[in-house]
Amino acid sequence: MPWIDACSTSDIDEEDLIRWDHAGKTFAIYHAPDGAFFATAGLCTHEQVHLCDGLVMGTLIECPKHNGQFDYRTGEAMRAPVCVNLKTFPVKVEGGRVFVEVA
Amino acid sequence: MGRRDYSPFGADARRAVESGLAAAEWYHTDVPRKVMKDLMARSDQPAIRDTIILYASMVLFAGIGIALWPSWWSAPFWLAYGVLYGSASDSRWHECGHGTAFRTPWMNNAVYQIASFMIMRNPATWRWSHARHHSETYLVGRDPEIAVMRPPELAKLILNVFGVIDVIRFIPTLIRNAVSGPTPEEKTFVPESEWGKVRRAAIVHLAIYVATLALAVWMQSILPLMVIGLPRMYGAWHHIMTGLLQHGGLADNVIDHRLNSRTVLMNPISRFIYWNMNYHVEHHMFPMVPYHALPRLHEIMKADLPPPNRSIAEGFAEMWPAIRRQVLNEDYFIRRDLPPTAKPYREDFHQQVPGMMRPAAAE
Ligand code: FES
Repeated sequence: MPWIDACSTSDIDEEDLIRWDHAGKTFAIYHAPDGAFFATAGLCTHEQVHLCDGLVMGTLIECPKHNGQFDYRTGEAMRAPVCVNLKTFPVKVEGGRVFVEVA
Repeated sequence: MGRRDYSPFGADARRAVESGLAAAEWYHTDVPRKVMKDLMARSDQPAIRDTIILYASMVLFAGIGIALWPSWWSAPFWLAYGVLYGSASDSRWHECGHGTAFRTPWMNNAVYQIASFMIMRNPATWRWSHARHHSETYLVGRDPEIAVMRPPELAKLILNVFGVIDVIRFIPTLIRNAVSGPTPEEKTFVPESEWGKVRRAAIVHLAIYVATLALAVWMQSILPLMVIGLPRMYGAWHHIMTGLLQHGGLADNVIDHRLNSRTVLMNPISRFIYWNMNYHVEHHMFPMVPYHALPRLHEIMKADLPPPNRSIAEGFAEMWPAIRRQVLNEDYFIRRDLPPTAKPYREDFHQQVPGMMRPAAAE
């Protein structure tokens, strides 16, 4: 699977996320409070809302529409109304750039 | 548009889905991400303070009420207790259901469960109905929380000031939920994985009511019911009053909360009971912002909103005549002017539903 150069590490504040669109798909890339980066599908599994307007709290992303929560490291649905897990994608950081392995 | 059909299986529900209205993107005021992040930040402290004040006041008022019972001198204490039980529980249910009141999840859950019991809502069912209310606010046939259906039935609205309609609906639903889980209507918005939770919560609530009733029979006194159950009726008036103001007399079948929701500036006691949900346009547009940050959000976005009503009385003076007009003309609604600083209403958003936003219906 190809590693795609998605953004610079400085594009995302710590404990925040951005939207990243690639090849007709939308993703969310996270900068965790411990400095690590993660990537998930960009739309909430409840009603297909962009997660990029949501709130990162520690290792959780809260959806802006109904406050459903996922653990963005594993994609696990943590709080109703989300029940279906979020797809996650491998991420690596090289030379100040964030690469996502898109499936 | 003719007679509205509020059934989730009806023509309006079908039309909202087929026209794309149910899945449409709603209007949002532009708020810079950094500012929004700051507003969304969670904190335990304000809600812990408010919860201590709330529960301590309830214990105090109920304690004095019991001590003075059956004298009429107990009445004012019951009235105060009743409003906290039968109205403040509505806003606690609401904010904790969103998970925004506290930062700590178990605190949100604990207050949510207690508030759900007091306001007579199944905690599992209503979590989902409220999610739908946010996705599809006042879309006819889709939103299960429409307080004023058109044409409005004024007698029912007035009876509900004492919780009569809510309680009459609640009791058979509670028993049904306890026996066999969610009703067919509830199954349209509660996912199957949650049906067991609906039933379990109903069994617990039912058991508490049966125990209270048994105690009342044993004591030959309604006193136990004055503490549990009845305050949902004699203290309901405040949450009905504020709840009607949220959307009453405004548009339905639109996808801009500035058209279907109302912000009303209120006195501090009502704001405590209502937990700042008087900033209702703001809350609907940005449900991630906790109640304690809504006054700040209001200041930031007010240039993009219709001017708020300046008091509960002013809100009613605007809303009540509109509700009365809707009795004869259900297409009537109030369309408030936006300040010159606001982005205009997107009329093209609202052409999808036949009859919507037609000039005859606008003020
Ligand atoms: S759309 Fe994400 S929680 Fe509903």
